Amino acid sequence: MGLDFTVVPGHLDIILLGCAWTIGIALAAALLSFFGGIIFAVIALYTPWIIRQPFRLIEWVFMGTPLLLQLFLIYFGLVQIGIDLPAFVAGIIGLGLHFAVYNSELIQTAILSVDKGQMEAARTVGLSRGQALRKVVIPQAVRDVIPPIGNNMIALLKDSALVSVIGVSELTLSAQRAIGATYRPFEFYLVAAMFYYAINLCMEWVQRRIERRISISR
Amino acid sequence: MSDQDHFVEIRYAQKSYGSLEVLKDISLNVERGQIVAIIGPSGSGKSTLLRAINDLDPLTGGEVWLDGVQVNKSLPHRQYEKHINEMRQHVGMVFQHFNLFPHMTARENVTMAPMLLKRLSKAEADKLAEEQLDKVGMLDRIDYYPSRLSGGQKQRVAIARALAMEPKLMLFDEATSALDPELVDEVNLVMKKLAEEHMTMIIVTHEMDFAASVCDRVLFMDQGVVVEEGPPSVVFKNPTKERTREFLRKHLAGAA
Repeated sequence: MGLDFTVVPGHLDIILLGCAWTIGIALAAALLSFFGGIIFAVIALYTPWIIRQPFRLIEWVFMGTPLLLQLFLIYFGLVQIGIDLPAFVAGIIGLGLHFAVYNSELIQTAILSVDKGQMEAARTVGLSRGQALRKVVIPQAVRDVIPPIGNNMIALLKDSALVSVIGVSELTLSAQRAIGATYRPFEFYLVAAMFYYAINLCMEWVQRRIERRISISR
Repeated sequence: MSDQDHFVEIRYAQKSYGSLEVLKDISLNVERGQIVAIIGPSGSGKSTLLRAINDLDPLTGGEVWLDGVQVNKSLPHRQYEKHINEMRQHVGMVFQHFNLFPHMTARENVTMAPMLLKRLSKAEADKLAEEQLDKVGMLDRIDYYPSRLSGGQKQRVAIARALAMEPKLMLFDEATSALDPELVDEVNLVMKKLAEEHMTMIIVTHEMDFAASVCDRVLFMDQGVVVEEGPPSVVFKNPTKERTREFLRKHLAGAA
């Protein structure tokens, strides 16, 4: 028995819905990981030891353990201490924080490599350290790390398939549901793969546009 | 308001890094509208002294007063930060390497601080940017990013950025040292214009001719002390100290 893609159109609605969930979750997690990454970086570099420590722990947990385990911890674990999150929220938080830790590493290095004359110039016109970071240092650091952060975001999109295991009907789980109804795994997994690839292409296109805009000011 | 009679008063400034003394009990008074040049070999402490005035390099001893207010007064951390941010708004600073914000246009470089700190509206800030950039002859480059400007143009924008906060005092830290020789004049011209407007200025420089032509007073520093101080006609033409003569001889020979 060969491939038969004629079964696909009948289940395209569920696949497209899964696609929408994947895009939504990846987008929300990407935003969380971006701004979370900046916040983690600032905490790591500019706050006193005592404030840094709890974030060290978060960093250690999210870098040193599998993402799948982190999703289980957030979705099934937190319920035990009374925090009952909807599955998609748990998925966004897990993915978002996981990649925030990686983005934070990139942003920290970039902040440290911004010329220290920039901070001085900002302080001499009267900006506080916080204002100087926000207006002068961080915008420059973020520009430097758009390409590697873009790579992290593509990894995030692919890893978003993991949230299927906590029951979010995103693209992978939707494909499995369609397979359950048709017993056609090859066709539907290929269709899902195609959609992931298409979303990836869109992300790369957005990233290139951002990079091009930034290069004008260099 | 205080017992300070001078516009800028530095009293017994000391700065040391561990056992290395960079400034040894330096005192200096500058009156309103005066232009003072600080010259000396590298490592003499002249930049450190300049940077102590707005607390960029905090002193380890001594006092800095500006217009009746002590700059480096002892306050709890938070209050001190607030105080120093407020003081710095009155002191413009121009750096050797310009330190323009590369992610902002010339206009944004000038308007950022006034919009953030003085709550100027976009329209008011734009007007201010046009005025200040016109003053330094950069109005035609107002929407350029620094990467597209020459060194001299960058430094002129940096001066406009400092002036936009309407400072009472301008500090120049080797403002022309990083420039190609043919670009030095355009920056010097802007500084001369400020001098004509009676801006109070303290200038760390290697340009003896420029110092001689615009300054009211010259300080020669070496190894953390002021060796000689006086009007340029005396310090440059008839220095009393052997160390000053030696420095000028070397420097003028090197420049020629």
